[in-house]
Amino acid sequence: MDIFLQQVLSGLATGGIYASLALALVMIYQATDVVNFAQGEMAMFTTYLAWTMINAGLPYWVAFAVTLVIGFVGGVVIERVIIRPVENAPILAIVIVTIGLLVILNSLAGFIWSYVQKPFPSPFPPQPIRFGGVVIGAHDVGAIAVTLVVLFFLYLFFRYTPLGLAMRAAAQNPMSSRLSGIRVSWMLALGWGLASVFGAVAGMMVAPIVFLDPNMMAGIQMYAFAAATVGGFTSPGGAVLGGFLVGIVENLVGTYVKFIGTELKLTVALAMIFVVLLVKPSGLFGRAAVRRV
Amino acid sequence: MAPILEVENLEAFYGRTKALHGVSFAMEQGGITTILGANGAGKTTTLRSISGMVRTTGSIRFTGARIDGKATEDIVALGIGHVPQGRGTFMDLTVEENLRVGMYARKDKSRVAQDFERVYKYFPRLRERRHQYAGTLSGGEQQMLAVSRALMLNPRLLLLDEPSLGLAPLVVREIFKILSTVHEEAGVSILIVEQNAKLALDLADHVFLLETGRVVMSGPSSVLSQDDSIRRSYLGY
Repeated sequence: MDIFLQQVLSGLATGGIYASLALALVMIYQATDVVNFAQGEMAMFTTYLAWTMINAGLPYWVAFAVTLVIGFVGGVVIERVIIRPVENAPILAIVIVTIGLLVILNSLAGFIWSYVQKPFPSPFPPQPIRFGGVVIGAHDVGAIAVTLVVLFFLYLFFRYTPLGLAMRAAAQNPMSSRLSGIRVSWMLALGWGLASVFGAVAGMMVAPIVFLDPNMMAGIQMYAFAAATVGGFTSPGGAVLGGFLVGIVENLVGTYVKFIGTELKLTVALAMIFVVLLVKPSGLFGRAAVRRV
Repeated sequence: MAPILEVENLEAFYGRTKALHGVSFAMEQGGITTILGANGAGKTTTLRSISGMVRTTGSIRFTGARIDGKATEDIVALGIGHVPQGRGTFMDLTVEENLRVGMYARKDKSRVAQDFERVYKYFPRLRERRHQYAGTLSGGEQQMLAVSRALMLNPRLLLLDEPSLGLAPLVVREIFKILSTVHEEAGVSILIVEQNAKLALDLADHVFLLETGRVVMSGPSSVLSQDDSIRRSYLGY
């Protein structure tokens, strides 16, 4: 039973990270119908920036905050400079552009910081926390907390601010939004900025666990895809729950199904995507897509 | 007083296709003008041109100042509320949130509470449903919401595109009654495109008739509603 709880808890910790990245994917998907394959690499890149600042002597939380700001600005700039010129192109073309961005960011990070793995500090104490018979790392608890705090602020932003409302409106009905005076194209850029912020949070929370290297997000992004698919690409809340669910299932399957172990864990993500697409393609909380063709 | 809207020699294009061939008309402040015409005559395109949603040549003046070539968002902020065909409802927002979206472009947000009261007074059903998702509303309620959303802008000119489309006659009559109340109380000018020519002629003081992208007839509605060709083609008697 303790092992079970243990695995569920650490599943929640990694699940929170998947949830952040899945949320980033869903935000961009909802606003533009584009799946941003570069989301993970954008997260990786901002995490390197955080690492550079921390190495230069900045306190962790200062570097954290600055990284979020840079991530936001970077996301907006990427949308304006790279995505905007192709926004009326077929979806597939835009997806290819994001894959190009993935390759560029990955190589650029390797070029600047090399492909050698680097340790990334955790802001949380190294001593594990004990709940009865269950031991959980302080970083895991911290990662869950950070994810929840970010989600909470996001919720407040979208629910209670005029700008958040305008972004939701722009994603739902661009034409009607423009007729209400909302600058839809800027809302899309803001969406990319916010998505990039979640990516940065995910990157900084996962780097202490997987170590920093240009390919560190490859697996995480796969789990985030699984999370978004399970929860539904049309449902931000679903993507978050999907993230936690994928984290837990991944851990439990890795523990209890002997032949899977740690090596085949990533297959679990793919299997989950497959099963969801087969049984309920719109995801657990998503709506079936109705679109003009 | 300058006319609230002056359109001169307006041509509009969808890609290379020309949809309007030199439309000219003017609207007095506080007037209600209706555009009649068959399907494809360019009625909706005329409204879309005013809101800057299609490529145009020619000039469009709003209270004397040129607005052609401006971005839709900027035109809306000048006080032109556009209720699009199909209502433009934000299905996954609540009724109240839809109304909040409507006042996004407004600079003066001091009288928000009164303005909510005003549209809820016109359409009490929206007050009952203010916390419901707009997607759960009936077609008539969505049309009421669309009109209300535009009213939250405190517009000086209201563009209405087929407000009766797909609605039961009773609901249509209710909406038109409220439009004339809004016009009287708020002094807002209205430019309305409507399939139901009888209703539109009753509401409007001015009419013009579009045929394949050209104005072929215009004048006071009292005069044109007596015109034989209009009666036969649009009123059906």
